[in-house]
Amino acid sequence: MSAVERPLIYANLRKPGYSIDIDCYIKHGGYEALKKAVAMKPDEVCKEVEISGLRGRGGAGFPTGMKWKFLDRKSGKPCYLVVNADESEPGTFKDRQIIYKDPHQMLEGIAITAWAIQAKQIFIYIRGEFQHGAKILENAIAEAKAKGFLGNNILGSGYSCDVVVHRGGGCYVCGEETGLIESLEGKRGYPRIKPPYFPAVLGVYNCPTIVNNAETLAQVKHVLTFGGAEFAKIGIPGDSGTHIWGVSGLVKRPGLYEIEAGKATFGQLLYDFCGGPLEGRTFKAIIPGGSSTKILKFGERFKGKLPNGQEFDWALEDIPLDSNSIAACGTGLGTGGTIVIDDSVEMIQALSNLNAFYAHETCGQCTPCREGSLWLSRVSKRITTGGGLESDVSLLLDIANQVAGRTICAHGEAVAWPVQSAVPKFKDEYLDSIKRRQNGDFVSPLKLI
Amino acid sequence: MSLKPSTLSQADTIIAQYPQKRSATMPLLHLVQEDRGFITQEDMAWVAEKVGVTPIQVLEVVTFYPMFRQQAIGRRHVKVCRTLSCALRGSYALMESLEKSLNCPRGETSADGNFTLEFVECIADCGCGPVVQVDHALHENIAPEKAAEFAEQIKNSLKDSNYGKNQPQPGTPEWNG
Repeated sequence: MSAVERPLIYANLRKPGYSIDIDCYIKHGGYEALKKAVAMKPDEVCKEVEISGLRGRGGAGFPTGMKWKFLDRKSGKPCYLVVNADESEPGTFKDRQIIYKDPHQMLEGIAITAWAIQAKQIFIYIRGEFQHGAKILENAIAEAKAKGFLGNNILGSGYSCDVVVHRGGGCYVCGEETGLIESLEGKRGYPRIKPPYFPAVLGVYNCPTIVNNAETLAQVKHVLTFGGAEFAKIGIPGDSGTHIWGVSGLVKRPGLYEIEAGKATFGQLLYDFCGGPLEGRTFKAIIPGGSSTKILKFGERFKGKLPNGQEFDWALEDIPLDSNSIAACGTGLGTGGTIVIDDSVEMIQALSNLNAFYAHETCGQCTPCREGSLWLSRVSKRITTGGGLESDVSLLLDIANQVAGRTICAHGEAVAWPVQSAVPKFKDEYLDSIKRRQNGDFVSPLKLI
Repeated sequence: MSLKPSTLSQADTIIAQYPQKRSATMPLLHLVQEDRGFITQEDMAWVAEKVGVTPIQVLEVVTFYPMFRQQAIGRRHVKVCRTLSCALRGSYALMESLEKSLNCPRGETSADGNFTLEFVECIADCGCGPVVQVDHALHENIAPEKAAEFAEQIKNSLKDSNYGKNQPQPGTPEWNG
């Protein structure tokens, strides 16, 4: 059976003639979910989100309802809602669509969430590069305020909450929630150490703070529309709702595909939705959920047990598109940004490209990450420029093993995982790349570094 | 100070949005850079005074974020994405071609001061790679074969007196920027 899309988040923005103005959004049922939410008690809204089983869409997949429960309510300090719209994980381009084409959907989810957690103020931290996106959001906020959906006395509830759009400065590590908070406070985006700086306890201005991804908040709107129990029926147990798969790289039809969790496989995504490999090529590997997730190789077999006890034995093409199945194969759903690599690609160049990214983006706070990312980048690059030694392959792994788990934030894992996953799978090819260059029989393929 | 009066007058409105003044550091730096094109020491001292920190605390922000710069750039700022998704679609070949067409080595400003050409990291439009941000506009699917034509387009924009002044329309590079 062929798989079909089930657009929730992208349902309206793809319609011809759909525009970003508030009247168009209201005509399509907009802000009805907020009305529903405001008629409920804040705790009841939190409960709906909890039973919906919604998991965060920013990469870590943490249950949203549980995150909200961690909010420190005893401190007496005001709490803040921060929207992470700093979309910067390579391969990820889903939030951009929401911001540029349907900003009110996100704002409605934001207003519902602010009500649920009784936030004092909302900050939308948007990528500095999204210049026009920030303007679109500012206009949308003004429209929503004029109609009483945000700002003073929201829908006559007596609850008020203002929104500020805050532009970043082009820094990947500010997508990490504590780095983002530092940045929002007007400092360098150095991630904070946990404990004690769990945002739900000590976030912005050392006040309890919820940081949610832009798409997660758009999903919250749909949780309220359906009701938590009904929303939980979309997808599969343990992973509800839809996932937006952003496919990039070497496929016939790269793009964004919104699919009910667990209701299609990587094979269907890559062949049915994306049209398969380019003419005359064959698929070689994918990075499934943003560049920091571990690489999967075509031809591998994935065997093991799912959390529900079910045993599996899959080829890459058979892996279902839900977070538990993908995690069971040793990688992660992440942001759903799948980068596709085919047989025209020299794997050491692909790795070197990513190593250069992480070396550029390390904040420099922790020595293992700062030095490790730089060395990984230099060693992989010297292989591509012909100065590589056969021992460099194990050297790469050795360096990566000294980074993961030894840093304040997950950038350390992001640095290490591409190397730790790719080296064992492509070791022979890396050695071949080194030898060919040493022997002078190297024909330059697609240049990636 | 040689900043525009409108820049100076916006500062207090921006600061008032935040519970703590220091949060306005980056918004003020963006404001200054959009006005002057880059950020001077004098600007940093002004921002520092406005938000109640020392100038070095502003400098450390300026040097941390890739978007802030302390030098003037060319009349057109051309940023080519080099991260994996765009690279797989040919951004390295595109860059080589643009270097020739614009007569500008990557990471530098052309001798005539018209172009600054740079590789940047992922700008979150991976499904339409290679992507190139030129000032306020984001151009999608600029395959290496289109490089020469694209460079002409950038050059022609130098003669356009309305450049950057039009209201962006949905689906255009200006809208997506």
